[in-house]
Amino acid sequence: MEDLILLETIEKYLSNQMDAQEKTAFELVRKNTPEIDQMVVEHAMLLQQMDQYSMVKSIKLTLAQTHQNLLEHGEISNTIEVSEGGKVIQLFNKYKRVASIAASVGGVIALFISGLALYLSPASHNSQIQQLSNDIAAIKKSQQYQGKLINEVKSKLPAGVKFISGGSGFLIDGKGFIVTNAHVIKGTDAIVVDNTGKEYVAEIALLDKLKDLAILKINDPDFTSKKSLPYSIRKSTTDLGEEIFTLGYPRNEIVYGTGYLSARSGYEGDSLSYQLQMSANPGNSGAPVFDNAGEVIGVLSTREAQLEGVVFALKSNNIFKVVNDYNTSNEGGKDIKISTRSNISRMSRKNQIATLESCVYYVKSFDK
Amino acid sequence: MKSTSNEQVLLKGLAANDSVIIEQLYKENFSTIQAFILANNGSYDDAKDVFQEAMITLYEKAQSGSFVLTCQIKTYVYSVCRRLWLKKLQQLGRFSHPVDNLEETISVDDDLEEHAKHDAAFAIMDRALKSLGEPCKSLLEGYYLQKMDMQALASEFGYTNSDNAKNQKYKCLMRLKKLFFAQYNIGE
Repeated sequence: MEDLILLETIEKYLSNQMDAQEKTAFELVRKNTPEIDQMVVEHAMLLQQMDQYSMVKSIKLTLAQTHQNLLEHGEISNTIEVSEGGKVIQLFNKYKRVASIAASVGGVIALFISGLALYLSPASHNSQIQQLSNDIAAIKKSQQYQGKLINEVKSKLPAGVKFISGGSGFLIDGKGFIVTNAHVIKGTDAIVVDNTGKEYVAEIALLDKLKDLAILKINDPDFTSKKSLPYSIRKSTTDLGEEIFTLGYPRNEIVYGTGYLSARSGYEGDSLSYQLQMSANPGNSGAPVFDNAGEVIGVLSTREAQLEGVVFALKSNNIFKVVNDYNTSNEGGKDIKISTRSNISRMSRKNQIATLESCVYYVKSFDK
Repeated sequence: MKSTSNEQVLLKGLAANDSVIIEQLYKENFSTIQAFILANNGSYDDAKDVFQEAMITLYEKAQSGSFVLTCQIKTYVYSVCRRLWLKKLQQLGRFSHPVDNLEETISVDDDLEEHAKHDAAFAIMDRALKSLGEPCKSLLEGYYLQKMDMQALASEFGYTNSDNAKNQKYKCLMRLKKLFFAQYNIGE
């Protein structure tokens, strides 16, 4: 009971509720009794701690309520996306003045430099990409062998024809349908030469300049149609890094080349094409691009003029599209049937080439 | 300067537990902190905890009249949160190089040390009150925290008169004092 009275007195003292007389009396007791002095200090401390505790507790409550309120009103968010946006917006707000000044200065400098570059640089006539078709006239001058070959086949063709362009092509149907690039066929008619040097007259069955694909139909009694082709045309797209090979006629003899698929799109993001890493020369246009299993994944068509080894090939699914166009427009005639199975997938590369060779043709186009 | 005086208003509002001001502070600062925590292996709940702790640190500073803010509130809050969170990550062993949002920071180590002391005292007081049990806890909270009148407390708890309630309150207070000082070491 004494303790309680003492405590009450201390509390009264600490909260300044004593009158002056009481206070002096108590302070004297405090001074003379260290135990009581200690109790006063402890009590003051406890009360202060309780005050502090109470305040922090109420601010915690306010914070929790505020958080809940803001969350309900959508002012803050508990999802990542919005807060990321918040961050961006805050950064934007913080730096928008600096950014706009920087942007306008940058803009002026860019305009100035590009103007200067345009003014000072020599006019460039290089086209960025090169079609890989042959200019026959040019080649005739440099290659006597070619001249011989053309003389040889003159018997098959009307006199006085002029070759305009050439490239490669390959069978997509054993009945004599050949696919090549549209830019290979610059003339009105074409002949195709197989790997043994035999020539066949072909007619242009379809020319799709937009896709840069052409279908030729061999119209020659000498041609014996093949029952089935050893390779198929791939419908799905091909993966990056896949090894590929090609057979074509950059010269009068069939030439083998290898490389890999280096990008899923062609020149400047052209989604109809792949980018390949391999060497290709004029005359390779229209050549088939095979994967390891011997499936056709594309048609070699252009290369980048400035960069060695950067070649573009039309994706093989475009072949299906032009074949479909041909079949629907070709009423009564024979439809093109594309073989869906490749039977050379397990062969060694040498044997694959030996089998494929006879299906790849040298294509020459001329005007009558 | 207008912005500085505005910041002073905000600080005073925070010190006075003004819910409007606190809401404003919350709105202006929370998303930055959330973005920072999320970018550094944290979750939404982590962001909430860290931010509220930083606000309490600022509150404690604002309470003491001597506090002079040497930077913007948002810089202070960001600095405290950044420090708190990196410390937490270190404790969790999830430490990685901090990803910052180009925000400037100031050194807040001293403030955080002080806050840690306050926080420890708060926890001790909380435990002490809880282990008192009822009706002691509510009686003390009613009188010392909510500053209720002794007469009102007596009738609420059903004491026949306020003197009995007062006696009971002192008994409770003595127990609390023992519990509290058993853990709270003066000067440490």
